[in-house]
Amino acid sequence: MKVWNTGAVLFVAASIALAGCGNKENNQAESAEAGTTAANTANTTTESADAPVDLTDAMTGYKTYGIEQCDQFIIETEKFVTAVKNGDLETAKALYAPTRMYYERIEPIAESLGDFDPNIDARENDVPDADWRGFHKIEQSLWVNNTTDGMAEVADRLFSDVQALRALMETVEVDSTMLVTGAVELLNEVSSSKVTGEEERYSHTDLYDFVANVEGAKKIYELLQPALQAKDAELEAQIGENFTAMETLLAKYKSGDGYVSYTDLTEADTKALSQALDALAEPLSQMGTILEA
Amino acid sequence: MSEQGGTQDPSDQLRKDENTRQSGGMWRKAITRRDVLKLAGIGGAGLLLGSLGTGGILQAGSAPVKREAQDLAGSGVVDFYGAHQAGIATPPQDFVCFAAFDLTVDAVAQVRKLFQQWTEAAAVMTSGGMIGSSNDNPNLPPSDTGEAAELVPSGLTITFGVGPSLFDARYGLSAKKPDTFADLPAFSGDELRPEWTGGDIGIQVCANDLQVAFHAIRNLARIARGKAVLRWTQEGFQRSSHSDKAGATPRNLMGFKDGTVNPNVHDPKTMDEVVWAQADDGVPWMAGGSYMVVRRVRIRVEVWDRSTLQDQEATFGRHRRSGAPLGSRDEFDQVDLNAKDENGNPLIPMNAHVRLARGDNSVHLLRRSYSYSSGLDRTTGQLDAGLLFISYQRDIAKQFIPVQKRLASDKLNEYIVHNGSAVFACFPGVREGGYIGDTLL
Ligand code: HEM
Repeated sequence: MKVWNTGAVLFVAASIALAGCGNKENNQAESAEAGTTAANTANTTTESADAPVDLTDAMTGYKTYGIEQCDQFIIETEKFVTAVKNGDLETAKALYAPTRMYYERIEPIAESLGDFDPNIDARENDVPDADWRGFHKIEQSLWVNNTTDGMAEVADRLFSDVQALRALMETVEVDSTMLVTGAVELLNEVSSSKVTGEEERYSHTDLYDFVANVEGAKKIYELLQPALQAKDAELEAQIGENFTAMETLLAKYKSGDGYVSYTDLTEADTKALSQALDALAEPLSQMGTILEA
Repeated sequence: MSEQGGTQDPSDQLRKDENTRQSGGMWRKAITRRDVLKLAGIGGAGLLLGSLGTGGILQAGSAPVKREAQDLAGSGVVDFYGAHQAGIATPPQDFVCFAAFDLTVDAVAQVRKLFQQWTEAAAVMTSGGMIGSSNDNPNLPPSDTGEAAELVPSGLTITFGVGPSLFDARYGLSAKKPDTFADLPAFSGDELRPEWTGGDIGIQVCANDLQVAFHAIRNLARIARGKAVLRWTQEGFQRSSHSDKAGATPRNLMGFKDGTVNPNVHDPKTMDEVVWAQADDGVPWMAGGSYMVVRRVRIRVEVWDRSTLQDQEATFGRHRRSGAPLGSRDEFDQVDLNAKDENGNPLIPMNAHVRLARGDNSVHLLRRSYSYSSGLDRTTGQLDAGLLFISYQRDIAKQFIPVQKRLASDKLNEYIVHNGSAVFACFPGVREGGYIGDTLL
């Protein structure tokens, strides 16, 4: 569940972007012009800190990624809600966390598209009781009440929310400034709720979300890598190293196809995970340097 | 800086420079608070302050030392560069933020880089500046976290040391480890908790403004991200200079004046004997540095508060109100361990803290402690408050350890428990262009 922050959206719906944001259009135009220069700079090893970098590829690349993840998210959500509606408790439990990973990788998108995040991902007490629906409501039923009973309607609603999200995905326009901050936001998600075990308070599958958020952030980094390389090769290398360190640490907690329960982590484990995350997020937060002219 | 102190390397030239600079500043114009502070910060103001009547008797070893008025340290700049690191001989500021770090990198070159970055940041912060060049770029997080902007430097000092664990197999430094430098042995009554113990690196930040001190620790931790992680921290306080304009000896949380008998930080000879590691001590990279002991000592305040005044005074061997040794009148009267009452009983009980801490008075250390309060102990509902004991010495094995061993039979132990501990070899000072730790790393 996202801590809502209207000032920090990764995507804005195309209509809004076109209507209001002259500044941004200018930036994009400039970027496009400078595109070839930036590409050349990246190939030759000369660092030209002055050349504005072209982020068009990164922005379209990220939109494609968002749509791919969302397509997969629909497929997996359908399996999950089917299990819930069939009363197949074990299958539902097994599908719950892996399904959510598609969403967690692209969570900032949903946040930018209105009410999707609260509808899909609200935890109890995030929203008024009467409005509470989505994954965590089903999670509570599966793990606390140990049943799928009474969840059919919530399951249907979840599936239709996910479909609606997918439909709106077509309209989003990736904004370069927000793309840069989105990666850090994904990691902030981890440090505010996943690393504390508050996200998956009934199923304790927080590590799945953790991994997915990191993967989502890494995707953005990979898309920005050429630009970053041209602008600040040292920073680019540092971020790469810290991603590797984070992934190595997370790999320790693999179990079968998934990850161990949050309750299996010792205090020392969570502290190490949290500190590795901070170590990664700090240089990642410097990626905005590529937006400087 | 006195001539006596000028014999040891690597700081000769530096000291000369300081001499020139100081005398220039001193004689050209009337001395300002800031000048005095700058002098004090590099340990060079001994004679000066002595002659101003603020220092004590210039004698070797521990002596009662009247503290110079606290407002000397008020708001100014304590020089970061100098023969010794600031924050040791510097008269204690009002607040401390202590932090222990563990390194997460695997090459010594990365450790060096961290110290270079820290040095740069520390030099800027202690002079009241903002870290980094990107504080107004809308696309980036500001390089300085900003909460100390526009605040006066507040006598900020940042003192860096490294723990024994730095010398394990990781960085190829084991051959450089000083022989007697190791984690402290277990002392009787210790109840050390891992969350307040040890660390590859220890940083003592002191300032007359807690926000300024916290800002320093926070930004150092931020710079360290990816290279070192926080292991434990502890904030501490004394009465502030605003509350005590006279600069009397501060009282600890047991209500007693604490710091009456301490080496005279303004006497270079004493400091060389007691505090500064010397070039011929066998560890060249530590010449001009000092070894720090940090002990987090919880005071059972609830128990203490129910003990009678007589018991309290017998615990320390001093009067509570005046701070004078039992049987004497003035705080700075000599402690006479042989003094007897009319029945022939010692005036200062055999298990009193000052008697045991003093021993035969052959061993001294520089205490620079702060009180702490860390909220509630959730299991007992009692206050977690006490003393962040900090001492500096030339050799921990010869100074702190024998004293602490004697304290095994201290009456004070009824009221305290040591629950945190760490030792750090604090590097010598650094000259402009160098970096903290450049003698080792
Ligand atoms: C909660 C713990 C402690 C408290 C409350 C405390 C308090 C005091 C007080 C009130 C005095 C007398 C005033 C003065 O001369 O400063 C004193 C003296 C002293 N303390 Fe402590 N102390 C504590 C722990 C320690 C420890 C751990 C050591 C060193 C191992 C130590 C070493 C000394 C020394 C060397 C003196 C001066 C003795 C002399 O007169 O020569 N203290 N302490």
